[in-house]
Amino acid sequence: MSEEIDIKSIRNIVAAVKDTYNFDFGNYAITSFKRRIERVLSVFNCKNVDELIEKIKEDKIFFESFLKEITVNTTEMFRDPSFWRKLREDVLPLIATHQNIRIWHAACSSGEEVYSMAILLKEMDLLDRTQIIATDINQDVISIAKKGIYAIRNMELNQSNYERFAGKGMLSDYFSENDGFACMDRSLIANVNFRTHDLVLGSSFSKFDLILCRNVLIYFNMTLQDRVVELFSNSLFKNSFLAVGSKETIAWCKSIDKFSTFSIEEKIYQKIKE
Amino acid sequence: MGRLEINNYKAIVIGGSAGSFPVVTDILANLPKGLNIPIILCLHRLKHIRHGFIEALNLKSKYPVQEPEDKERIHPGKIYLAPSNYHLYVELGYTFALSTDDMVNYSRPSIDLTFETASYVYKDKLIGIILSGANSDGAEGIKRIKERGGLTIVQDPKEASITAMPDAALKKTEIDLVLSTKEIINFLNR
Repeated sequence: MSEEIDIKSIRNIVAAVKDTYNFDFGNYAITSFKRRIERVLSVFNCKNVDELIEKIKEDKIFFESFLKEITVNTTEMFRDPSFWRKLREDVLPLIATHQNIRIWHAACSSGEEVYSMAILLKEMDLLDRTQIIATDINQDVISIAKKGIYAIRNMELNQSNYERFAGKGMLSDYFSENDGFACMDRSLIANVNFRTHDLVLGSSFSKFDLILCRNVLIYFNMTLQDRVVELFSNSLFKNSFLAVGSKETIAWCKSIDKFSTFSIEEKIYQKIKE
Repeated sequence: MGRLEINNYKAIVIGGSAGSFPVVTDILANLPKGLNIPIILCLHRLKHIRHGFIEALNLKSKYPVQEPEDKERIHPGKIYLAPSNYHLYVELGYTFALSTDDMVNYSRPSIDLTFETASYVYKDKLIGIILSGANSDGAEGIKRIKERGGLTIVQDPKEASITAMPDAALKKTEIDLVLSTKEIINFLNR
């Protein structure tokens, strides 16, 4: 376990990042954020917080690496298979009545859920008329998502999730193996638009039938959760859907009156009011 | 006096892995009346099985056991279980926070992280208990509890069905009390 740092030092780092790059981590959940900072100090061999702040201010490339380390990017394909089954059985059939389907993966990280969604849509014969926007704060993970190349050792877990999801074939139908890596089928992301976007800034850029933002709100405090859920509410058509992580809830957010709970078990909400 | 009085503490964290389930069940079935502090359980469990575990614990527990949701307030007299495939943090302001951050010691939930964050918030008002288990998770966490003046308890390796976890904790830190399941229950009921 790395060195303990105090809350004041964290505030100093947040201030430096905000002043220099206009990213605001001030409303990130403090315990998680503190732990990430402690990790960053050890990953980049910084002797102390002051040295870290200097590096952040002076080196933009270093800052990009910092950004990648400070946000949690652990993700799986078909994490919570029952969630993906719910999408297949109850959510997507409702959305499929629309001529075109628009889906936003907010904070998509390295893209595993984007590929999961594309596979699900393909198996439902909906992929061709779906437009997916996948965004993340960090350019580096977006590049990974775009490439769709993952370590083969991670595919075992993804495959077992896919089996529990009861997909039509094998997960290996959707990637080719090359030198220890799984290269995802490029046709899956033909209609995916990857771009950087910071949820903290709260700007709505389009309207969607389904927004996935799973295990992201847990890294935000209530103030920021409120703001982000409002952003989602503004970015959804009436009667369309918001999915969050299985242990996340929007029940305590201000915009909750705009939503009804579509699946309490899988944390899928439906927007019912403008 | 005082240090060994449960009334002196604001929360209990319990960490366990392989072989800890019957011990936890036994403890939960024999908790004192009018328990007025929260108990936070961090037990290693199969990540893809979200159901069943909590129901099994609730069968015999004297108080309801629940998996907290993110940002849920921690209430006295309630028992909380770290959800599968998440780390469970105690947040400043006595709420829970969850994380999908990398596994620690091959574990998510990680006992170290729950113990460490709980001790940061509860300081010397925390009791940490390590039970049977097959790895060393929790040793670092219970060390933090000790450093911050909390009370540390380890299940007696003579009794634990798998001793790696109690042994690791004992090796890392000078533990306050080494107790059998029955003694842990007696302690909590004192």
